[in-house]
Amino acid sequence: MGMTAIEKILARNGDLKLVRPGDVVTVRVETSILFDNNLMDSVWRDILEVHDPSKVVVVFDHRAPAAHVLSAKGHKRGREFVKKFGITRFHDIGREQGISHVLVADYGYGLPGTVLICSDSHTCSAGVFNVAARGVGSPDITYSICKGETWFRVGETIRYDLEGTLPPGVFTKDLFLHMAGRYGNHATMNIEFGGSALPGLSMNARRTITTMGAELSVEFATFEPDGIMLDYVRARTGQPFEPQWPDADANYLDRRTIKLDDLEPLVALPDTVLNNSRSVGEVAGTAIDQAFIGSCANGTLDDFAIAARILGGKRVSPNTRLIVTPGTQNIYREAMRLGYVQAIVDAGGVVTNATCGACGGGSLGVLGPGETCITASTRNFKGRMGDPSARIFMASPATVAASAISGKIASPMEYFQ
Amino acid sequence: MTADETMVFRGRVWVAGDNINTDLILPIQAYYLTIAEQPKWVFSANRPGWSDEVRKGDILIGGKNFGMGSSRPAARSLKNLGLACVVAESINGLFYRNAVNFAFPALEAPGVSEIFEEGDSAEVFFEAFRVRNPTSGKECSAGAMPVPLLNILKAGGIYPLLEKEGKIAPLAS
Ligand code: SF4
Repeated sequence: MGMTAIEKILARNGDLKLVRPGDVVTVRVETSILFDNNLMDSVWRDILEVHDPSKVVVVFDHRAPAAHVLSAKGHKRGREFVKKFGITRFHDIGREQGISHVLVADYGYGLPGTVLICSDSHTCSAGVFNVAARGVGSPDITYSICKGETWFRVGETIRYDLEGTLPPGVFTKDLFLHMAGRYGNHATMNIEFGGSALPGLSMNARRTITTMGAELSVEFATFEPDGIMLDYVRARTGQPFEPQWPDADANYLDRRTIKLDDLEPLVALPDTVLNNSRSVGEVAGTAIDQAFIGSCANGTLDDFAIAARILGGKRVSPNTRLIVTPGTQNIYREAMRLGYVQAIVDAGGVVTNATCGACGGGSLGVLGPGETCITASTRNFKGRMGDPSARIFMASPATVAASAISGKIASPMEYFQ
Repeated sequence: MTADETMVFRGRVWVAGDNINTDLILPIQAYYLTIAEQPKWVFSANRPGWSDEVRKGDILIGGKNFGMGSSRPAARSLKNLGLACVVAESINGLFYRNAVNFAFPALEAPGVSEIFEEGDSAEVFFEAFRVRNPTSGKECSAGAMPVPLLNILKAGGIYPLLEKEGKIAPLAS
């Protein structure tokens, strides 16, 4: 019996012949990412020995630029740490600033067939590059920085075969909402994507899905390697790597085919995305105070293009505020060059610097009591984006942009006729 | 670790539902407070005032996918609140890691929410992977915690291990 892609990656990096669900494996970590939350007073433990500084990346993203004295202290600590151990892959406030998971994509930090960890739950994002990428805890990241390894409990894998083409106005965020709505949580399991639809899906579109794997509570979300992905990574790094394809006789807990042509714009109702998706028509007309496009899932250049296309020549409703946050400053610069920032700002949207911002409820768009938000970010838990009484609907950037114009939840379909 | 050698916990039961997430356990407002201040914020959004009622040694019975969400040190807050352990129908993978690494005993026992109501007593035989309601006599078995992880838990978590090896500095206090 063969192995799934994730089982093969873990086997390779743990020097094991076979990896099976139920195993606890110790594996080499190729990339350990430290970010600003790790550096806060209540979390940081002073590291005395770094296993290999070339395998560490340091990023300030959750509160960047510093939102308060505590985060400023954390950033200061991070700069000292980087200097002390000679860490070169450092993303301070400035030109190379961004959200860790998006920087991994921009700079080719996720090497196919390797293990990457970060103590942020959306680290599964890098699974799009055929990486065993997982959000871990702060103690785990400290451990891997000191010792170069970590442990994983191996779960069963569910294979998703994507077929067909997404209709105009429908995006991979809608595909995710379909999966969350129909199949609910995938706790303790891995998901693996493949299928004939892959050539039609950009790396950004694919990465939205692996990033959102965290909301399905997956252990790992991986894509089968293909030419588009391998070219993308090779264009960004000279490091060698060995991608891992699933065996033909891999053992999956279930195999599910999704026909992209059948999908429509969806909205998740507040508090959870699990079994909570509705067609946009069912909630259309709900008044919104804030619309947000951003985060590690949807702050990509593709998302800026979609927002600019919908907002171009239009105005954001006077009853709504629209906040748009790029995943990295690289995306910001490119979106400026292409006129996307101009279109969004002319329409009345506010484009912020690259950071987590409103997604984490810490700065740049915190929700007040009783407010309603529609967001294209990652998470709609109660209290996630501010006051616990605020309601958070989740949708694609297109649906969010269309809603910002009407001031009410609205379908994006009229912009894609 | 407050448990004896064989880790048996006896305590009063609190019941949490399915899909309890880390934003409920450690809300963002609490994230930047000190470690000592964080526990009183547990469940402040869904169960205000609860953290004041918890007594040392109480046991939390969770539903499905307990601790879903982010990597924030939510398990540490439950431990510091005084809870002896959590036994849930199933536990989110990331929360489980943090539970092991912060030495907060956590077991997955399918069916456990059916044998307890809030206010009951519970007996948790942690290393036998078994939980019992002494009033009704009903029992439920839990999935085993793999030995390497049990060893981390019993050592008091990851940090004491790294301290011992001189990889990290002891906490200044
Ligand atoms: S953008 Fe949101 S989900 Fe992504 S890393 Fe930042 S806070 Fe987490």
